Amino acid sequence: MTLEVDLRHRLGDFQLEVAFAAPPGVTALYGPSGAGKTSVVNAVAGLLRPDAGRIAVGGEVLFDRAAGIDVPVRARRMGYVFQDGRLFPHLTVRRNLRYGGGAEGFDAVVSLLGIEGLLDRRPARLSGGEKQRVAIGRALLREPRLLLMDEPLASLDARRKAEILPYLDRLAREVRIPILYVSHAMEEVLRLATTLVMIEAGQLTDSGPIAEVLERHPVPGLVAPEGAITVTGTIRSFDARREAEVLTPLGPLWLAMVNGDVGDTAACLIDPRKVVLVRGEAVSSRNAVEVTVDALRMAGREVTVGLKAGEAQFSARMGIERAKPLDLAPGRRLIAILDPQPLLDGLP
Amino acid sequence: MISDFLGPAEWEAVRLSVRVSLVATIASLPLGLFVAYALARWRFPGHGLLNGLVLLPLVLPPVVTGYLLLILFGQQGVVGAWLAETFGIVLAFRWTGAAVAAAVMAFPLLVRALRLAIEAVDPGLEEAAATLGASRWRIFWTVTLPLIWPGLLAGIVLAFAKAMGEFGATITFAAAIPGETLTIPSAIYGALQVPGQDGVVLRLAVLSIVIAMAALAVSEVLARRAARQVAGG
Repeated sequence: MTLEVDLRHRLGDFQLEVAFAAPPGVTALYGPSGAGKTSVVNAVAGLLRPDAGRIAVGGEVLFDRAAGIDVPVRARRMGYVFQDGRLFPHLTVRRNLRYGGGAEGFDAVVSLLGIEGLLDRRPARLSGGEKQRVAIGRALLREPRLLLMDEPLASLDARRKAEILPYLDRLAREVRIPILYVSHAMEEVLRLATTLVMIEAGQLTDSGPIAEVLERHPVPGLVAPEGAITVTGTIRSFDARREAEVLTPLGPLWLAMVNGDVGDTAACLIDPRKVVLVRGEAVSSRNAVEVTVDALRMAGREVTVGLKAGEAQFSARMGIERAKPLDLAPGRRLIAILDPQPLLDGLP
Repeated sequence: MISDFLGPAEWEAVRLSVRVSLVATIASLPLGLFVAYALARWRFPGHGLLNGLVLLPLVLPPVVTGYLLLILFGQQGVVGAWLAETFGIVLAFRWTGAAVAAAVMAFPLLVRALRLAIEAVDPGLEEAAATLGASRWRIFWTVTLPLIWPGLLAGIVLAFAKAMGEFGATITFAAAIPGETLTIPSAIYGALQVPGQDGVVLRLAVLSIVIAMAALAVSEVLARRAARQVAGG
């Protein structure tokens, strides 16, 4: 089932004009605030009637100005998770969840979102993160053919975001319908989306598989630190603090804040400025790797050290004062202590 | 107990007043809700005119309102003649006429309270209900109405109190016929015109106060319960 959107709409001086397709999986609608992302989602939901265009899901036309088709909101069967949750304040969580129907699958959705303990509370007694989880559950229980999420994390602080993201991850993997996910936060987009639709000032910039779009339109905040490399590997185990042991070409690395299961792929970034080199035989620290100095390069008062660990290569960069005691020379064996940044998660 | 306290004529005035006010309030509620919802949520030509019409009885001298009612709903009136001919309904100088007068006078207060309550409801909640498949009717019953409940109660009590106290329009349109349209205010006014009726006046005045206070207390308790429910628990 694919969502096809093609619409034009005028709001005062603002001209919205976008056309894209959203296949099953998460399609991120990405752009700065005021780009018209919410208007697009509202048009898909039926809350906004575009001046012109066509909207269809899985071949069924929901809106076609030229043909005079405009399926009313209540008949579109879309799950809409609003930025501000919009839970009914006078109903308990249970009755909020059941509002759109869906006695079937109730227990499954409740446990997917981890809201078993909240069912008899009213929204006023929920935290921001709990509210959003309930809002997601309510939308899912509608048994939608399409899930619309309008910045579901925007009103939450970093901790609450971290609390919800794992549920969204699971959702993205377990729900077999297109999810249109509005965001202006690239780390969320990278983590969740498979398709990317970029909008700016009401106009479509680009759309398609996320890797291709990002290659054509690099996002400024996303530029990796100079000389940084990306390391990917397979998750082998988790420790008690949920840090993941990832088997990489550099050897086993421990990563915090990784979601997924044993056997999944995880990626991290090695920033040369955060690599600490020490002399010695073996260090019992986590993320310590035995390396051989491969090359040296001086630039001003900075030294960049090319390193080899087995077949893998990376570099470390430091001030000249810190480099001196290491007595650096090609072929020297050292220990590198890494501070790997989990990717798609901890990026600036 | 009350019949010991009141004479039969006074008791009749009290019962009549309560009946007229209850009927006036309950009968005007559906239209009041509709008008308040339309004023709060819809943009349409004539919006300002409708608002002015609704508020008119609040600012007109009640005698003028009563006179206008007489012109419209009197036996010779445009609407009154048609009602009498088609349905056999006569309003002027009947208790039903007193109820109509009370309803018209209380209507602005009812609509104002309801409009404020409806405007306080986030339209986003109604949109959310629509995305969950609810019809307009279901949205109104399950979202809008429960959320305006405290305002609705306040409006009902205000309208009931106004109807209980209505005098000018009622006496103009329905006169003060004992057992038919002689409500408490008319009875008090009548008693004041006759020497030696101070006791009647005092008893009816005390009773008016008691009824008004009781209505206020009931609405206060219900509104608090509703507010508590929304706030959590």
